[in-house]
Amino acid sequence: MFRAVGDSALLVEFGTSIDEATHLRVLALDAALIAAAPPGMTEIVPSYAALLIHYDPLETDAAAITAAAEACASTAGSAALAPAEHIVPVCYDGDNAPDLHAAAAALGLAPEALIARHLAAEYRVFMYGFAPGYAYLGGVPASLHLPRKAEAVRSRPVGSVMIAGGQCLVTTLPMPTGWWVIGRSPLHILRPEAARPFLFDPGDRIRFRRIAAADLR
Amino acid sequence: MSRARLTVEQAGPLTTLQDRGRPGYMRFGVARSGPVDRLAFAAAHAAAGNDAGGTAIEVSLGGVALRCNEGAVGFALTGGDFTATLDGRRLGSWHGGTLHAGETLVVREGAGGNWGYIALAGQPVARDWLGSTATHAPAGLGGGRLDVGQVMIIDNARDCDVLAIAAPNIGGGPIRIVTGPQERFFPADALAALTTADFRPSTAFDRMGVVLVGPPMVPTSLAMLSEPLVRGAIQINGAGVATVLLADHQTTGGYPKIATVITADLDRLAQLRAGSSFQFHAVDVATATGAARTAAASAATYLAGLRTPLSLAERLLSANLIDGVADARAE
Repeated sequence: MFRAVGDSALLVEFGTSIDEATHLRVLALDAALIAAAPPGMTEIVPSYAALLIHYDPLETDAAAITAAAEACASTAGSAALAPAEHIVPVCYDGDNAPDLHAAAAALGLAPEALIARHLAAEYRVFMYGFAPGYAYLGGVPASLHLPRKAEAVRSRPVGSVMIAGGQCLVTTLPMPTGWWVIGRSPLHILRPEAARPFLFDPGDRIRFRRIAAADLR
Repeated sequence: MSRARLTVEQAGPLTTLQDRGRPGYMRFGVARSGPVDRLAFAAAHAAAGNDAGGTAIEVSLGGVALRCNEGAVGFALTGGDFTATLDGRRLGSWHGGTLHAGETLVVREGAGGNWGYIALAGQPVARDWLGSTATHAPAGLGGGRLDVGQVMIIDNARDCDVLAIAAPNIGGGPIRIVTGPQERFFPADALAALTTADFRPSTAFDRMGVVLVGPPMVPTSLAMLSEPLVRGAIQINGAGVATVLLADHQTTGGYPKIATVITADLDRLAQLRAGSSFQFHAVDVATATGAARTAAASAATYLAGLRTPLSLAERLLSANLIDGVADARAE
């Protein structure tokens, strides 16, 4: 499904759910359009189930971009991507996990059981969103799904590992959030000065590894 | 070539360095940033004799005061109807001049508009991130916010003999929109209200967006996945309140977008002072595309005119014309 977004973007929708098959189709079209960029395309943004194609209305228009996307979509299929795997260290102890006990209580689990389930799962980078370096990870086990808290808490520190619904993310900026902060990672996903400032790519695999508070630097 | 040193003596919280912006990183959560009012920004550079797209100062209603400590540097002020003084001498909005050592340029909220631009004739030294000095204000990345006490260096500083700067004719009337991409999430009365009711910008605005005051347009459902957003999106929250997204917008969102402001009209909307009444008018994508191209062609002609040095007689004529425009506005 193609939807015009103003005069400068086209939204290509692949579904309405968070699942790997849908996301693979998003990434396949993303890769195909990067490989054969139509004239006037300025940038493309993949998400859970949609791809947004930005274009310059002085150089092209919605009809030409739609035609190019249709042509790419028919040949793209499901991408044979080679996702990278990243190990993200997390400390679940003390002040580094301010919502751990409340989240465990809300789920009817012991805190250590919550940690074990969080560590056992494999996660997938579905998209970056909201703010620089905010990588949305899917794969939180159903037994850990919690709605957002009723009110946001101000300014959780960088590296907060937090969950809400089926999503998990590691923060890159101090931001107010209604998600449940269950740990803290010393890993910087956003490294502004690095040659490659964003550590993950959409489609990458993520696992968490437990570390002690002494190993948080 | 000379170097000028300025000290920031006062700066409102929305005072930042901006260049033309940072495209290509929305897939990593980074909006393009750059000036909220792109034509006014380009006009400031053209009037200052700078290359297009370099670093300039964006100022909002909190104003800014810059003192020159060393050297001299020309400047061009554009954007909303800000008021300015150069060492106590009153300047109009859309004005240029040269700031000499010991002098202070003060820019203050004026009669209208939310965003002003000060282009400095030369190359301001600014922190680069991913090929751009544009400040992403929520993250503080790029050139950054101007803070009191900060020193700005301008390399290759030149004087600027421009006085009045002719403002572009950006038109008026309703703000044009293309409906969607989630108009199906809204009942018919909300869609009707969008193009018939009066809206006003609220005082809740920043570089990310502006919250509107208007009739509630409550979505029938909020069941949608987060998806990528564009600058100009009119996002509606669960209470039916609209926010129009601007230069530092979040790159994705999970609230439905009832419509998108067309490129040609977005910056005019961003300059509307809180409380000013306006209406939306729906157009199709082809009309919006045509409007973007017409606006770009007019802007190119206008900017080329600003870059062409005028004779004194032409300058006086131009200044008189501007006074005429100002008088017409006052009536």
